[in-house]
Amino acid sequence: MQVRKTTLIAGVLAVTSMIGAQSAFSASHMKKYTVEEHAINASLTGKAGDAANGRKVSINRKKGNCLACHVISDIKEQPFHGNIGPSLDGVASRYKEGELRLRMVDSKQFNEDTIMPAFYKVEGLHRLRKQFKGKPVLSAQEVEDVVAYLLTLK
Amino acid sequence: MENEKSKLGWKLSSIALGSVLMIGAMAVEVIAKDWGKHQVDNRRSGYTYMTDETRAVQDDDFENPGMLWVENGESLWSTAGANGKSCASCHADPDKDMKGVSVSYPRYDKKLGKIITLEQMVNRELVEKMGDKAEKFDSKKMLSLMTFIGTKSRDMPVNVKIDGDANPFFEKGKAFYYERRGQLDMSCANCHEDNPGNMIRANTLSEGQINGFPTYRLKWQKPGSVHRRFKGCNKQVRAKPYKAGSDEYSNLELYVKWRGRGLPGETPAVRN
Repeated sequence: MQVRKTTLIAGVLAVTSMIGAQSAFSASHMKKYTVEEHAINASLTGKAGDAANGRKVSINRKKGNCLACHVISDIKEQPFHGNIGPSLDGVASRYKEGELRLRMVDSKQFNEDTIMPAFYKVEGLHRLRKQFKGKPVLSAQEVEDVVAYLLTLK
Repeated sequence: MENEKSKLGWKLSSIALGSVLMIGAMAVEVIAKDWGKHQVDNRRSGYTYMTDETRAVQDDDFENPGMLWVENGESLWSTAGANGKSCASCHADPDKDMKGVSVSYPRYDKKLGKIITLEQMVNRELVEKMGDKAEKFDSKKMLSLMTFIGTKSRDMPVNVKIDGDANPFFEKGKAFYYERRGQLDMSCANCHEDNPGNMIRANTLSEGQINGFPTYRLKWQKPGSVHRRFKGCNKQVRAKPYKAGSDEYSNLELYVKWRGRGLPGETPAVRN
């Protein structure tokens, strides 16, 4: 049997600053999670997500901005849904909660060629703009909120 | 390439069978639109990803707002610099002397030992031959001269040299193109190779061809340099941009220009 458990710290960074007191951003604020069979089964925050807020985060261009690439027919009040990725209609019927969570956190963990950004990751990124250093696209709770919203799209 | 998702036009064709009774069947056939000079093999100018309205503005020199810069460039051409010389002192017939220039840049420059963009070449002339100061890539004077020079390559095929001394720089530009960057962790290729024609919210992604630069961008309300556009793209994926005139962008410009080999010079193109 190969139930592979990997514990990943979502933000392991080379923290040591060699010279001077340039305080490196620590990733200690990132929640730890466990990937099991292409899923993160436990809530990142230990709390349930708020689907209503998740819907807002999905619309917000500076947050989830899901509509940039995906059609979500439920959000019909917003014009212009992108078509880079698959439609999210019925996504809850295709994936389990833990699978949706891993896709939100870091979809490259199962498809390294995907264009989809990792929404909860701060390490391994190249040439980040200063203001985004050490910051994931979404907070852990916002990820939970979006997952909760996606689960309503049956 | 697999990316033949070219805009499809609907063609109605009727097929008549029989002679006495005209049994006509209307068949709806999907055909690839013929983009004429704006497409070479599977490569399509950004022109083909614009709306009809935007294309119409580009096509009409009296409507094309970029032509104001061209006119300004034309008058600058014969304006004397600090030492009394103008561009026209050496290049008296720009129609002929500047023909094919902008579609052949950027180039490897022996003096610099690296890639030189056309803006940098213009600056070299301004400083060394005319005694003027160097201009920023997106200054009014530079954009005027660049658009003016660009019109002398209209409809000429993009043809940059990527072999010999230029090759290592071309390879660096290519590596940049495929390298993911920024908080959104995307490469140029993610959008412009894998998804041209697809919508990113209200915007249609193009192949990111640069055969029309400096391009009059409606969003900017003025023409802009290739490097300005690169910066904008990098910022959108939340990556730290490089400076206009940086080696990174000059190498990338060479590679991206090559991706549009054969496409016609369209300066000043009009884009969203």
